[in-house]
Amino acid sequence: MAEDLKKLIIDYVKKEYLDEDSDQEITENTPLISSGIVDSFSMVSLKTFLEKKFNIKIPDEKATTEAFDTVNNIIKLLGEFVKIDDK
Amino acid sequence: MAFSDKVREFFANELKGIREKGLFKEERYIASPQSAYIKVEYPAGSPPKEVINFCANNYLGLSSHPEVIKAAHEGLESRGYGMSSVRFICGTQDIHRQLEKKLTEFLGTEDTVLFPSCMDANAGVFDVVLDKEDAMIADRLVHASIVDGMKLCKAQTFNYKHLNMAHLEEKLQETQNCRFRMIITDGVFSMDGDIAPLDKIVELAEKYDAMVMVDDSHATGFLGKNGKGTHEHCGVVGKIDIITTTLGKAMGGASGGCVSGRKEIVEMCRQRARPYLFSNTIPPVVVAAANKVMDIIGSTTRLRDKLEENTKYFRQKMKEAGFDIKEGVHPIVPVMLYNAKLAQDMARDLYDEGIYVVGFFFPVVPQGQARIRVQISAVHEKEHLDKAIEAFKKVGAKYNILGKKKDDIVAMYGL
Repeated sequence: MAEDLKKLIIDYVKKEYLDEDSDQEITENTPLISSGIVDSFSMVSLKTFLEKKFNIKIPDEKATTEAFDTVNNIIKLLGEFVKIDDK
Repeated sequence: MAFSDKVREFFANELKGIREKGLFKEERYIASPQSAYIKVEYPAGSPPKEVINFCANNYLGLSSHPEVIKAAHEGLESRGYGMSSVRFICGTQDIHRQLEKKLTEFLGTEDTVLFPSCMDANAGVFDVVLDKEDAMIADRLVHASIVDGMKLCKAQTFNYKHLNMAHLEEKLQETQNCRFRMIITDGVFSMDGDIAPLDKIVELAEKYDAMVMVDDSHATGFLGKNGKGTHEHCGVVGKIDIITTTLGKAMGGASGGCVSGRKEIVEMCRQRARPYLFSNTIPPVVVAAANKVMDIIGSTTRLRDKLEENTKYFRQKMKEAGFDIKEGVHPIVPVMLYNAKLAQDMARDLYDEGIYVVGFFFPVVPQGQARIRVQISAVHEKEHLDKAIEAFKKVGAKYNILGKKKDDIVAMYGL
């Protein structure tokens, strides 16, 4: 599931935040917020997407810019709300 | 003592961090009125130096206009200095209501209510109009005051890629189940001077039954044929539900802002907008001067026409000189340098040449988009513009960037 989840988030980030003609590479370790790809205001789209997808509510105090800075960080955060199979 | 060493040390470290990141803001003391030439004490403690100002929002040159100053004096004499009240207790004079009516007529809306600033207008308006069953759909680069205003509102937040109408339409489709929806945008975005396509936004709003809110602070008074703003520029006067704007830029530049638009929304702001209810009224002297500003811009387009000519001239000459200028028609002219240090170094050298401009870099603008932002004014004469162009050429040659585009500049200086 972790691999599927990684792909799901990367695909969403590319579609939601990059221009159609962008050649920016996004991996699980690409800084999203500290690099400026996603800013703290537009981060809300990603949070809403994850909440709807997994039917969870991520409290504001957990939705920090650090927690959303890489896909790996996001997966770690999601692990607090849903069971993620590593295999 | 409540301000213990622990607290003091915490904030000293915070400030150190801000300095280390290069984000520490320093004020420059100006010992003259706002105009084409200003006397600036920089660095602090040095004797004031006369420079040509290319970084004020004084688009129409009204900040120190003799008729505006005269009106301020008369307002001070006839209506006093302060009101010592919020608007609804004993803080509304006849001249406040006159100004609101003039703004309504000029902007082509139904009614207007003044706020202490546009920041306050944006802080108050969303919470008054929308609730948790509603949606706010904003351009990703809206002004910080809109972001803060949206945070104070219970409605759900959505945003779309900057100026991207297809993405906005996706968000409108995604929010079909909400009670009310509002599309939120700046009319002109302050870092690039790019203009929201309000005609297309209105079209989408009509198709999906959404309201439209525009912060037109960088357009009111000069954009559009009669200077009404972005809605006039885009041919949608009367179709914007909420316009917030400022008196602190083109409109005399002192202070104050407003919400202008549908009369029910304006009335709701009078009843419920917290920055309106709990903040002092705009001082009579400012209101009297702003009334004169409205008379000036309502009776002639001379100043906005001059600003338009100045802007065209400066943009054209800078392009001919070989600078990488973001295309557009707005008096905000971004001279693209991409590298943060280069932007800072060039701004400093230009200051030494008597031209006051500011370098902007991440996080104020996106990473790798550092630039010098030049702001043209109707107070500039051709000689001022020529002096700036010559200084830019000299400094541009020093850094070997004339005729160079992004890739070349990045190859030399990095991102």
